[in-house]
Amino acid sequence: MPKDGSEPSLDGLGIPMWLTLELTYRCPLHCPWCSNPLDFDKFKNELTTEEWKQVLADGRKMGALQLGFTGGEPMLRKDIEELVAESEKLGYYSNLITSGIGLTPDRLKEMKKGGLKQIQLSLQSSDRDITNKLVGADVYDQKIAVAYDIKAQGFPMVLNIPVCKQNIAGTRDILKLAEDLEVEYIEFANIQYYNWALLNRAEFLPTREELKEAEEIVRETRERLGNKMAIYFVIPDYFDDRPKACMNGWGAIHLTIGPDGAALPCQEARVIKGLEFPNVREHSLDWIWNTSPVFNAYRGDSWMKEPCKSCDEKEADHGGCRCQAFLLTGDAANTDPVCSKSPMHNVIEASVAEAANKHRVERPLVFRRKGAITVEFLNTVE
Amino acid sequence: MVEKIAANTVIEMVPTYLFRWEEPQQAYVLLYPEGVVKLNETGAAILKYCDGTHTAKQIATKLSEEYTTDVSESVFNFLEVSYAKGWIRTKS
Repeated sequence: MPKDGSEPSLDGLGIPMWLTLELTYRCPLHCPWCSNPLDFDKFKNELTTEEWKQVLADGRKMGALQLGFTGGEPMLRKDIEELVAESEKLGYYSNLITSGIGLTPDRLKEMKKGGLKQIQLSLQSSDRDITNKLVGADVYDQKIAVAYDIKAQGFPMVLNIPVCKQNIAGTRDILKLAEDLEVEYIEFANIQYYNWALLNRAEFLPTREELKEAEEIVRETRERLGNKMAIYFVIPDYFDDRPKACMNGWGAIHLTIGPDGAALPCQEARVIKGLEFPNVREHSLDWIWNTSPVFNAYRGDSWMKEPCKSCDEKEADHGGCRCQAFLLTGDAANTDPVCSKSPMHNVIEASVAEAANKHRVERPLVFRRKGAITVEFLNTVE
Repeated sequence: MVEKIAANTVIEMVPTYLFRWEEPQQAYVLLYPEGVVKLNETGAAILKYCDGTHTAKQIATKLSEEYTTDVSESVFNFLEVSYAKGWIRTKS
């Protein structure tokens, strides 16, 4: 994930340098922008501790360096401390990506001892009411307490803010909170529209003006704080005329393993219909990464169609995001419609215009809950 | 705007950055919470001395010896860029 203000990941030499483990899709929160599949409840057959350890060992053998423990809520796994210790033994730089729920001081201590390098804590607002409403649970006080506990244990911390219309006006306040917490990094992660977030897109998309204002506040704060706190702020791709270099390219440096052992080129890849994701329970990680049809499907640029094929920018953005191309144009090999060169760019322009339309019909948010929606008739879900 | 680094300041790595040799990549890398940077040979040679015991001037001298030519200017440039990126800090 290339971010403004951070280094672009350099040539990975064909090595899966970033390994992301989605330990579970279970979660105590109900965030309506959740990146987990709409049918998350179906994935009950989670890998065992030993199976995860095998993934860790195999990944490291292939040269993986950065490791993310995520979910769902990874703290729901009772073996996370054990997996952290194992990853340290193997030489990973380990990150925990958490909502903070279940992250007690004792468990923090244990993971610190185990060698966990960094914690990414999600926070939706510095306002209690907005936070609780956005995640569908009464957890604000707990999250703040956890933030202090994380700092007390001496972890470097990233505060991760999913930016949407509902919280963008609080940009200044949340920066102030981050400063008080003395976090090293704050990331304004503009919501990416897949799965649950895509359902709620019309309600979440801020306007161009709101984004500009937030960006200006970020710029001022950066200037004032220097390198005391790194602030990442990425304009959502919907507002750009070129797509993001998603994952630095398909099967280039990122490897995600889902709770059930499915190997995914990115956390959203399951949205692409017709791909049969290889599973670590059946195949070696080496085969999955190097040989499997899925990981080779959109690797490099031989799969590209026009306008990508003859585009002189294809090396820079790899045609954007395959998942977004699939969800919004029906074909993962199409140009990401975020690109103004895409013949289907109008779908993006229409959503942006709709978000700015003051007279649009507002709809209630759909929260991530089992049974909240019916996926039976969706052809984006297998 | 890149801040200048005084010759007599002692330089050290910022503790959240992990600098080490990676066998599979055959390169020195810098690991940090949001990413990884693969360093070229000279970048790595400079960061090796950012261990809290060398001043910027001493690092420049070391590198100039190793490369048998005066590379002070490039060393200072690299240190200033690294400082701006938050990889290194001055030891107080």
